[in-house]
Amino acid sequence: MKNVHGALVGVAALLLSAPSIAQTTLTIATVNNGDMIRMQGLTGEFIAKNPDIAVKWVTLEENVLRQRVTTDIATKGGQFDVLTIGTYEVPIWAKKNWLVPLDNLGPDYDIADLLPKIRDAVSLSGKLYAAPFYGESSMTMYRTDLFQKAGLTMPENPSWDFVIDAAKKLTDKEAGVYGICLRGKAGWGENMAFLTAMANSYGARWFDEKWQPQFDKPEWKKTLSVYVDLMKQAGPPGASSNGFNENLALFNAGKCAMWIDATVAASFVSNPKDSKVADKVGFALAPNAGLGKNANWLWAWNLAIPAGSKKVEAAEKFIAWATGKDYTNLVASKEGWANVPPGTRTSLYHNPDYLKVAPFAKLTLASIDAADPNKPTVQPVPYVGVQYAAIPEFQGIGTAVGQQFSAALSGSTTVDAALAAAQSSTEREMKRAGYIK
Amino acid sequence: MARMPTRRRIALSTIAAWLVGFLIFFPILWMVLASFKTELEAFAIPPSFLFFDWTLENYVTVQGRSDYLHHAFNSVVVAGGSTLIALLIAIPAAWSMAFSPTKRTKDVLLWMLSTKMMPAVGVLVPIYLIYRDFGLLDSLTGLVIILCLGNLPIVVWMLFTYFKEIPRDILEAARMDGATIGRELIYVLTPMAVPGLASTLLLNLILAWNEAFWTLNLSTLQAAPLTVFIASYSSPEGLFWAKLSAASTLAIAPILVLGWFSQRQLVRGLTFGAVK
Repeated sequence: MKNVHGALVGVAALLLSAPSIAQTTLTIATVNNGDMIRMQGLTGEFIAKNPDIAVKWVTLEENVLRQRVTTDIATKGGQFDVLTIGTYEVPIWAKKNWLVPLDNLGPDYDIADLLPKIRDAVSLSGKLYAAPFYGESSMTMYRTDLFQKAGLTMPENPSWDFVIDAAKKLTDKEAGVYGICLRGKAGWGENMAFLTAMANSYGARWFDEKWQPQFDKPEWKKTLSVYVDLMKQAGPPGASSNGFNENLALFNAGKCAMWIDATVAASFVSNPKDSKVADKVGFALAPNAGLGKNANWLWAWNLAIPAGSKKVEAAEKFIAWATGKDYTNLVASKEGWANVPPGTRTSLYHNPDYLKVAPFAKLTLASIDAADPNKPTVQPVPYVGVQYAAIPEFQGIGTAVGQQFSAALSGSTTVDAALAAAQSSTEREMKRAGYIK
Repeated sequence: MARMPTRRRIALSTIAAWLVGFLIFFPILWMVLASFKTELEAFAIPPSFLFFDWTLENYVTVQGRSDYLHHAFNSVVVAGGSTLIALLIAIPAAWSMAFSPTKRTKDVLLWMLSTKMMPAVGVLVPIYLIYRDFGLLDSLTGLVIILCLGNLPIVVWMLFTYFKEIPRDILEAARMDGATIGRELIYVLTPMAVPGLASTLLLNLILAWNEAFWTLNLSTLQAAPLTVFIASYSSPEGLFWAKLSAASTLAIAPILVLGWFSQRQLVRGLTFGAVK
């Protein structure tokens, strides 16, 4: 019996003294976008370099993810070590001290290489609070064959007048071809992303310097009237329920002569596997109304660390890997240059290999450069953000206004009534939140 | 006006029933069909119904990206566990309210139902904080508790309705024969209420299986059931309908099969007239 005891003690001592690697497990919350899924597939490369770190992924739909991580970070639930958040959240959460400033991304990270506008969008008081994984603006995509047939030439920097005129000329409802496809589905990140950017180009703004809503001003009336008239004459049927994906499907099926939307769509519409019109697509900047601002937005999906995380060091290592220059090279070597995450680094737009496979690269860069979150429209504004106002109340306000504008598009209300309702609901919410008296 | 011949009426009502049934089933059929299409075909306008190149690539992708069995196991534990515990609590509660009512019984029943009238998001933050402090976030125990509590009012109401249909005289006869409360519950009440119990069990199993607010908000990885699995295939930027359909088909398959085999019991229970 004594011998058995001794043997057991010996085995236990051996087990306890055996060298082992202390593993840190990172739980990363992310959205289900192509670039993010690709990153998940390449996690093995990160683990090979960092055997002491294990990575677990939680992939969720954008709105579900937003609710999930907001609840967790606001209650300090500690369920996630790395969060995927948009440029809308970064300044709000950084101000609330919910994010860890990213000061230690390592000597090779090359912060200076980040595109200045994107870097601004994820910084507060000069400090980086999130690292951009991929960035986007919006631009005009059009069918070169239809333009040629109609004897039209798309300028690189088109005006709204040209786009409206061309859309009407190119519409052939009998053949199922519509001059223009634009977002109509209600939501602050759906139709309001497009309409806010369009309104910026017409000189409108969400709030004046004293946070007074501006939907009763002529600039908004002009914007909404032009949008509704254009869509009625040259848009597809049922446009009030079309978002990014619906318009992508319409464009890829050859039903739209023009589509103004996210630059990230450029790679989808020019991919022959997904698009019937892949070899007939041209690109131009988002239109302008001659006031010095184009109707393009600025957005980036970013990786950030929640304050209070006990795994900051490992999380920083992961973020430096996923958003660093070497990651771009890794994706290129495994899946080709066409699949690298765009819109975050200047060096990518000087890379001849990338420029060769991405004919839309120059315009993507020009669009991102043209959007300024700190000066989004012609007149001064008290908020940050191009197609949104980075205040916590904006999600609710933006969606309520989006519903009014979507109703105006579907014809269940008039432009004037929609604007009046938008003004009163926004005023009410801004009073309730204490911005105005 | 002359009455239509009986056979014709039967044929017409059969066709009408099949039409209504097909209409109700159509979204599920469309989802299953979309799961065998490519992303481009799933979005095609006009849509193709049966004549497309059938592919299993979506199922391969979904299987490669997610651990279906892990999520399915969690769904079984969460839905089954919460339903069984709810039944164990609700049977005595409903028995007491049906056969020994007090003047407050109706108020209690209404109060229980009123908890279902509040939108769940209203209590998300307090529940989240309680779960954080008790270490219940992302745990199967936590999900079983919340779904059990969430469905309890419905279970009690359903059982109360079924029990009320059973004549007190039968229970009194059992008591006169010397049955204790436990024996009365197990040997007299339960066998008589089997259809009602079965339909309550099945309905709550389906409700718990499909619950997508608490399961999404209180689980992360370890306890994530099939609702989280589905939510990971929807995307705001990019074509995803075919993959989402494949994930959804896999997620509903177990409960669909269960519902199929127990439909007779379910319908009988839902139209239960007890001993009328």
